[in-house]
Amino acid sequence: MNEFLIARHIVKRYAQHTALDDVSIAVPQGKVFGLLGPNGAGKTTLIRIINRITAPDSGEVLFDGHPFQADDVMNIGYLPEERGLYKKMKVGEQAVYLARLKGLSHAEAVSRLQHWFRKFGIMEWWNRKLEELSKGMQQKVQFIITVLHKPQLLIFDEPFSGFDPVNAEILKREILALRDEGHTVIFSTHNMASVEEICDEIALINHSKVVLSGNVNDVRSRHRSGLYELTCTAGQLQTRPGSYEVLRHSSADGLDTYLLRKDAALSNSALAALVAADVELRSFCEQMPSMQEIFLKVVGADAPPVPEAANDK
Amino acid sequence: MNKTLIVIQREYTTRVKKKSFILLTILTPFLLAALIVVPLWLATIKSDDQQTVMLVDQTGRYAGLFKDDASYRYVPSPADSASFYSEDSDVEAVILIRGDLTRNPRNVVICSRREVPADLLSYATNVLNEQVRRDKLAATGINGLDRIIEDVQSEFSIPTVKRTAEGESSTSSTTVAMVAGFLFTFVIYFFVMTYGAMVMQGVMEEKTNRIMELMVSSIKPFQLMMGKIVGIALVGFTQIVIWGVLLAILLSVCGGMLGIETAASPEAAMMMSGGMPPAAPPSELDEAAAAILNLPYWEMAIMFVIYFIGGYLLYASFFAAVGASVNEQEDSSQFVTPVVLIMLFGLYAAMYSIENTDGPLAFWSSLFPLTSPIVMMVRIPFGVPLWQELLSIVLLFGSALLVTWVGAKIYRVGILMYGKKPTLKEMLKWLRYK
Repeated sequence: MNEFLIARHIVKRYAQHTALDDVSIAVPQGKVFGLLGPNGAGKTTLIRIINRITAPDSGEVLFDGHPFQADDVMNIGYLPEERGLYKKMKVGEQAVYLARLKGLSHAEAVSRLQHWFRKFGIMEWWNRKLEELSKGMQQKVQFIITVLHKPQLLIFDEPFSGFDPVNAEILKREILALRDEGHTVIFSTHNMASVEEICDEIALINHSKVVLSGNVNDVRSRHRSGLYELTCTAGQLQTRPGSYEVLRHSSADGLDTYLLRKDAALSNSALAALVAADVELRSFCEQMPSMQEIFLKVVGADAPPVPEAANDK
Repeated sequence: MNKTLIVIQREYTTRVKKKSFILLTILTPFLLAALIVVPLWLATIKSDDQQTVMLVDQTGRYAGLFKDDASYRYVPSPADSASFYSEDSDVEAVILIRGDLTRNPRNVVICSRREVPADLLSYATNVLNEQVRRDKLAATGINGLDRIIEDVQSEFSIPTVKRTAEGESSTSSTTVAMVAGFLFTFVIYFFVMTYGAMVMQGVMEEKTNRIMELMVSSIKPFQLMMGKIVGIALVGFTQIVIWGVLLAILLSVCGGMLGIETAASPEAAMMMSGGMPPAAPPSELDEAAAAILNLPYWEMAIMFVIYFIGGYLLYASFFAAVGASVNEQEDSSQFVTPVVLIMLFGLYAAMYSIENTDGPLAFWSSLFPLTSPIVMMVRIPFGVPLWQELLSIVLLFGSALLVTWVGAKIYRVGILMYGKKPTLKEMLKWLRYK
């Protein structure tokens, strides 16, 4: 696979603590890369290093195949978690200003902005001061500013926070559309449901180290729990030692639902054949772990148990 | 286009387009002009209304001395009367002279139903004083004593001339040099304080708006900081130029309107011509004009620009670093107050240095970089040795660059630090961050 951004053995120490300890990630070209981790794990520090806001103490970053250079930031669009623009400036004026700082000419910035403002139906905000807009509207403006200079690499830090479900959906579509156009996206979030929907690859950082990384589907299958849910219309299942164990059984409206745990040695097809011999199958489904469960399992293993609600930021 | 230029452009245009800036820039010269012109104008209109003053002179020796003028008409009256003090009377005051003033000065009293006007009091005092003096001199019986005393008291002023070994000489005026030097000093002080504080406000605005992270991912913090400092300096230049031009126009227009009256009163003419001390008698005006022309203009102008840039850079970088380090306006005072005190000290040092422009206070405070931009300007019109000027400039720019460098480092870390107020120790630690 063709990697757009590679960070190798990044170490960043502050006076009291080590923010990143030998962190390596590889972001594939044209994919959405999820950067996950609990609060304070070091995600923001890594993002700042990728943005060249701070420099690592050691380690190297390869950008599009070459060692990272100062000019590469022109090829990055960054939506920080801490949103903020000039409150007293007019929306259009400051969007043009920020675009020019990213290297666009005045005319080019205006024409691209008009395109995006029309697309989002916010053309009438152009001459309004930012402070007159609602928080969600400001976020839309900030999203446009992030992607306007068509950078090869886009970094979104918690892009959906503060958006209502309708606008979050619009934003999700735009992010996927940008990926399909060939942009590489780094996506940092606590919202595991959105990770499953959007991300192709992930890296999970905990306590300044990468503890889990890879393709989302690979990660999920690596964390298979061996649980299967099946529904059937006739027949009965009993635990078969050495093959499977019935964990739960319920019946409703003539349908029986079973939860089984498969023995590790048994293949899926062997299990299917075994149960099909005993019951009339309606459905047979392996229970893939959700990213939420994997996150809790990996992060929670060496941290005090996290209340459910706190995870769903 | 260079990114620093883009930042300068934004810092400049957003500030110059602000309504408050436009109002302040246009109104201030009017206010200043009004401050100068209105008192003069009031002084001229007062004379339209001639007041009546009753003279009750029981000796009959003094009444003839009072001459009517534009303000007061003196009417002799044989006796004091209660009607002089009634509400509908047009009598302003009554001068009561009850006996020979050479014997007892308390024999005169001025009564009025209101406060006695100060100019009437001083006129009456002068007239009576003069007569009493004459009477007393006459009483000695010495012939021509009057003229002898007048001769003894004749005043003269010593012209001051600046000379060099080559024999060049030029008329100089200590007063003019003092005024010119202090004017420049005050402009630098005002500019550094006002616009330095504006730099700090701007940085804090960016920090509290949380736009910093976005900014530093597109531009180096140093470029951003310098763009802000330069942009705001240009705002200041714009304001000062507009003020200077407007003030000059306003004063010359007002001066033209009041021309006849001001020509009649030398004090007013002097006030118009730039605040020269009213003590200078009119005969010295020509000398003062010559002295103004003989000031080292080029040196002053060049040094003004140099000290202006150095001082502003020094303080603005400091203010930028403070603005970047603190999270709230209130927190900034612990860093700003000591610096304001140093600047104030500089201003006072400048005032005292005028008295003795080569004294130790003037010498040391014009070398110390934090006060040199303020103090050196008052010394230059009096002539400063070249080595002192050069040393002072080198020290100023050396420390300005140092503060800019340190300030930029603190700025770079500080703008992304939120939460608690940093201590000086932590800020020093930031210097080592990569």
